[in-house]
Amino acid sequence: MSDTPKTSASSLACGEPQSGSRRRFIRAAGCAAVAAALTGCGNLTTEEFLQRNFRELDKKELAEIIARLEKEYTAKFRKKVTVAATPPMPGVVFGYALDLSRCIGCRRCVYACVKENNQSRDPQIQWIRVLQMDKAEGVNVLHADPYYDPPLVPQEGHFYMPVQCHQCKNPPCVKVCPVKATWQEPDGITVVDYNWCIGCRYCMAACPYGARRFNWGEPHLPPEEINPVTEYLGNRPRPKGVVEKCTFCIQRTRKGRYPACVEICPTGSRKFGNLLDPGSEIRYVIENKRVFLFKEELNTQPKFFYFYGV
Amino acid sequence: MLRDEERRWWLNGGLRLAMAAALIMLPPALRAADPPGAAPVAGAKEAPGDVDPNQIQVPPPPFSEGIFPCTQCHDGKTVKLNTTPRKLVDMHDDIVLNHGPNRWCLDCHSAEHRDQLHLVDGKLIDFSKSYLLCGQCHGNKLRDWKVGVHGKRTGYWNGQKQYLLCVNCHNPHSPHFKPLKPLPPPVPPDQIVAVEGGRP
Ligand code: SF4
Repeated sequence: MSDTPKTSASSLACGEPQSGSRRRFIRAAGCAAVAAALTGCGNLTTEEFLQRNFRELDKKELAEIIARLEKEYTAKFRKKVTVAATPPMPGVVFGYALDLSRCIGCRRCVYACVKENNQSRDPQIQWIRVLQMDKAEGVNVLHADPYYDPPLVPQEGHFYMPVQCHQCKNPPCVKVCPVKATWQEPDGITVVDYNWCIGCRYCMAACPYGARRFNWGEPHLPPEEINPVTEYLGNRPRPKGVVEKCTFCIQRTRKGRYPACVEICPTGSRKFGNLLDPGSEIRYVIENKRVFLFKEELNTQPKFFYFYGV
Repeated sequence: MLRDEERRWWLNGGLRLAMAAALIMLPPALRAADPPGAAPVAGAKEAPGDVDPNQIQVPPPPFSEGIFPCTQCHDGKTVKLNTTPRKLVDMHDDIVLNHGPNRWCLDCHSAEHRDQLHLVDGKLIDFSKSYLLCGQCHGNKLRDWKVGVHGKRTGYWNGQKQYLLCVNCHNPHSPHFKPLKPLPPPVPPDQIVAVEGGRP
């Protein structure tokens, strides 16, 4: 299958595909102005409008885009914000395991994720959802409550099941994206190019785990709360109208660190590592513990495993 | 004349010396069969992906303020040794011992070497190695802890990691994990309002 992304809806408005159009920059810029008028994307700059899909960018283009984004974010948040495009490590496919016998539903992971990954505080966006389940029912989404709020957890007769992106090996969200704004990287992380996403939300409908979030409103992130170490395909600030999701903390894990949710969990329920390394803790879990896949029958082949550690 | 306590110490030490000598003379294959507690955590090779001593850092034990070293008071003079199991009064009476039936202080704390703990076989260990003591009963947990599956690891998935001691999460006197207050639930979708141009 070709890797070339289809032209975005906004560029179709010009009646001409984008690739190769830089030669006639003036004409393209004029076209952009027309397109902006036609499609209502008036707040896009010409550079943004002409920007190609992340996977088509050459080194120079990428460097220019990163410089532009860093400048924009630094001005907006009034502190130095860096944007990296760290490549995947060779020989690494990430896997995650969560110990259902230990999670107490304290939601520390939810907020550590929001902080690390610069989710909008208002309107609220959270990538991790912790489901309170009935012990009598087992894993049954019809008996799941994400809004539980007792004074103390865990509550008698319940167990807790945090859900986030399962980084499927066979991801339905990637299949349905009409513009190829989302794809699976060689290390198994499914990412989104926020500059290419057209906001159609097909991926959200396709995801059986409810793991994708849409920026319905202008995301609000107080400057004092921003994590300034960002990744192009990860936690950089998102614009309104695009979809976002868990990336296994791509900005941390591609540099060897554990994801933020792993490090915050007070019960040590969260395990992370390289599925290709036979000595990793993730492989130990898979080989020695009772493991199950959520909605396994859908053949999404998640790289997120639930297990019983006791 | 040697005091009772001292005599016991020498006897104990001498015995252990003899045992060590015997071990050295054993063929290497047999020597490997150390008593379970004696094996340093990094040397034990029972599970794949065993911890690398150079890559693991364990934090210091979480002592209550000013309590350590125990020999500040338990020096054999200020507080006399009393090995009779009893309810403590005046000192340490805040400790609730809720850790299985019929436990008492000196099951784990050494009577003769107050700044150390002891295993069932009498071997003394530092507080920083308390996982060896816990592992005597909770062997499967110790095994999982070594490979990073029980308890929390922080740091680098492909490099240096920090561990926690068992006692950093489980109060050894009352080890059940304490309930926590959950952080706020998510805002239900119908209550999320997007404001044009975002919020200030
Ligand atoms: S922080 Fe750990 S224990 Fe708390 S909800 Fe998340 S996974 Fe469960």
